[in-house]
Amino acid sequence: MKERIGVYICHCGGNISDYVDVEKVRLAVENDEGVALARTTVFACSDSNQNDMVDDIKKYNLDGVIVASCSPKLHLVTFRNVTERGDLNKYTYVHTNIREQASWAHSDDKTGATEKAIRLVKAAIAKSRYAEPLYPNQFEAEKTIAVIGAGISGMKAAASLSDKNTNVILIEKENKVGGHVATWDSLIMSDEKGSELTNRIYTDLQKRKNVTILTNSEVISSKGSIGDFTLKIRKKAQQIGDPIETAEFKVGSVVVATGFDSYTPKEGEFGFSSYQNVITLPDFKHLIDSSSGKQLEYQGKKINNIAYIYCVGSRQSDGENTYCSRYCCTAVIHAANQAKKKFKNIYNFHFNRGIRTYGKQELLYAESLQQGDIYLQSFEDAPPQVYAENGKTKVKIKDILTKDKELEVEADLIVLVTGMVPRSDSSIGTILKLPKGRDKFFNEIHMKLRPVETVIDGITIAGTCQGPKNIMESVNSALSAAAKSYSYISKGILETEPIVANVDTDLCTWCEKCVEACPFDAIIQKEINGKLIAEINNSVCKGCGMCTPVCPPDAINLINYSSEEIMSMIDALA
Amino acid sequence: MAIANKKTAKILVFSTEKISDPAIDMAGLLKLHYPPTVYTITIPCSSGIKPSWILHAYEKEFDGVFIAADGSDCVFGETCTEKTGNVVSVTHNKMKETDIDPARLRMAAICSVCSESFVKQIRSFNDYLIKTLHA
Repeated sequence: MKERIGVYICHCGGNISDYVDVEKVRLAVENDEGVALARTTVFACSDSNQNDMVDDIKKYNLDGVIVASCSPKLHLVTFRNVTERGDLNKYTYVHTNIREQASWAHSDDKTGATEKAIRLVKAAIAKSRYAEPLYPNQFEAEKTIAVIGAGISGMKAAASLSDKNTNVILIEKENKVGGHVATWDSLIMSDEKGSELTNRIYTDLQKRKNVTILTNSEVISSKGSIGDFTLKIRKKAQQIGDPIETAEFKVGSVVVATGFDSYTPKEGEFGFSSYQNVITLPDFKHLIDSSSGKQLEYQGKKINNIAYIYCVGSRQSDGENTYCSRYCCTAVIHAANQAKKKFKNIYNFHFNRGIRTYGKQELLYAESLQQGDIYLQSFEDAPPQVYAENGKTKVKIKDILTKDKELEVEADLIVLVTGMVPRSDSSIGTILKLPKGRDKFFNEIHMKLRPVETVIDGITIAGTCQGPKNIMESVNSALSAAAKSYSYISKGILETEPIVANVDTDLCTWCEKCVEACPFDAIIQKEINGKLIAEINNSVCKGCGMCTPVCPPDAINLINYSSEEIMSMIDALA
Repeated sequence: MAIANKKTAKILVFSTEKISDPAIDMAGLLKLHYPPTVYTITIPCSSGIKPSWILHAYEKEFDGVFIAADGSDCVFGETCTEKTGNVVSVTHNKMKETDIDPARLRMAAICSVCSESFVKQIRSFNDYLIKTLHA
C-alpha cells in the first residue's frame, strides 16, 4: 500500500483551469490518506515540471505519482518515463484525465466540472495505493509497414520508409497512383508538372525491392493491434468475369494517406448548375491546363472577364464546413495568373473574404496585383450574388474595400473557388476505427504535440486525409507519419502492458470455468500440496480479464484491476 | 445545450482503454456535454467486469451503471460481446434478487469514434434515472 504519493494537478494552460478550480482540487486531496504532496502546475508536461517531479520523487521519497491532466493517450508514457527517471517503477504511476472528461466535457458547468475533477483525482489516489511495480512483456513486431493511398503523401511516405530498410506495402484503390497531383499540370513555384512530379516518385518506388505497390486494391478488413496487424486486401476485377482476389498481409504499423475530395457546390449555390458558365476551381484548372491557342474558350464561347468567388464550401457560417481550406486562395490566384499569361485579354476579378496566401505564396498575390487583377471583398453575411440579366451572367458585391459600394462585374466565366472536404468514401476510417474531428477529417491525438498519431496505436495519418494542406505541407506530414510509423517497430520488439490475471491459490477450486472463458488458452492446471488449482501462463495471457467474472469463488483478479482497486475507486467516486 | 442547472443522476461508466475511452475523450474534445455526475473507470475489456463491482456501485448510491462495451471491435476477440452480455445477464438477476431495477444497468457498444452515440446514450440513461429515482 502506497504511503507517499505525489499528486500533480495540471492547468493545461487554461484548458483545464478555465473550467476546473485546480486549487480547490488540490486542497480537496492534499490531506487524503497516503498523499505526501499535492501541487498544481501550469503545464505538467513541460520539461521544467518534469524535472521538478523527478526532484520531488527523490526529495520526498515518493512511492507513487499521479498526474491529473489530459487524456492518457497523450501523456501517460511521458509521465511513466518521469517516474522511471525518479527511480520508481513506471507502473506505479497513475494517470487521471480531468481535461477531456471534466473541463472540456463540462465546460458548461464549472462547479460540476470541479467537483468531478476532485472525485476523479480521489479515485486515482485510491488506485495508486494499490499500484505495484510491474515489468512489461515483450513480443516481436512485424517489420512491414502498410501505406494506404498512393497520392503524393502516400508515395513520399512509402519512399521514406523504404529508405529505412523497411518492407512497404503501398495500397491504392484507383488503377493508377499520383492522386490529385497527377491530374494537375502547372504547380506553384515549380517548373515541374504535377504528373511529372508524381511519375518521378513512382518510377523511383518501382525500382525499390522492398516496396510492393498494389493498385486497384482496397483494404476490406483489419485485425490485430500495433506490431501485429493483419490487413485483408481485395483487388478489383480488371474485367467483368475476372475473379475477385483477396490477400492478407501482416504489418506492424499503418500510414493512412487517403487524401481529400473537392467540394461540390449545391445546386444553385452561386449559380452552380443554374448557369452553364459557372464552374469549380478544379474544372477551371483543368480548362487552363488543357486549352491551347491565344483565346481562352469555354463551351465554344470566348472568355475574357473571369469572376472568382472565394470560400465556396469553406468558412461556411451556416453550412457544415466552418474551416478554411487554406490552399484555395493560393491555387486560384496561381490559376488566374496562369490564365493571364497563357491567353490574351483576360481580366480577373476576385470576389474574396480576405486573401490567405501565407508565406512564400504571397509572391503570387503580389504578381496578381502587378498584373492588374481586381480584388473585391465582402464579409460572410453579405456574399456576392450571381444573377443573369439580358443574357449576361453578372456578379454583384457590396465591396467593403470601397466602403460598401455596390459593384458588379459582367463575367464570361464564373469560377467557384471550392475547397477540400473529407473523402465521401470513409470506409477505411470505419475499418481502422479512426476518429474524426469536427471537420470530419481524420483526427490526430494532438495537433501540436502528436500531429500524425491517432488514438489507434500503430496507425498514423498523413496528408489531406487529416485536413486541408498544400503539397509541401502534405509531404511534410507524410515524412513525419513515416518516421513515427517506423519508430513503432524499429526496435523489432514491442512492449505490452504486464497486465495479466492472477489466481488466489487459497480460493481456487479448479472448477475450470476460467479455462472455458479464456480465449487464449492461457490457463493451465497445477497441483499444489495435493490441491488442483488454476495457473496463469503469463507469456500467453493477454490481460483481457474474461476469466475474472466467471470465477465462482472470486479467486481471479487482473493485476491493476483487482476487485479491491476497482471498489476503492468506486468508493472514492461515490 | 447546457444542462448545468438540471438535476443529474450519478452514473458510473465502465469504459475500455482501447475502444470506448477514445470515444468518451473525443466527446469532451468536441464539447458534447453530458451530466458531470458521470464518472468513468477504465478497464481493459468489458467482458472482465465483475457483477460484484456493479452491485457495489449501487450500494454506494450510484443511480446507474453504464457499460461502454467493446462489441465486435474488441481487441481480445469476438467472444467479448457474448461474455459481456453474460456479465449483464448475471448482474440483472442479482439486481432482481435485491429489488434493484435492472434498467439501472445499461450496456451499449461504444466504438472509438462513437462520441455522439455515447453522449446520446448517457443523456437518455440520465433522463430515465431522474424520472424513475428522483421525480
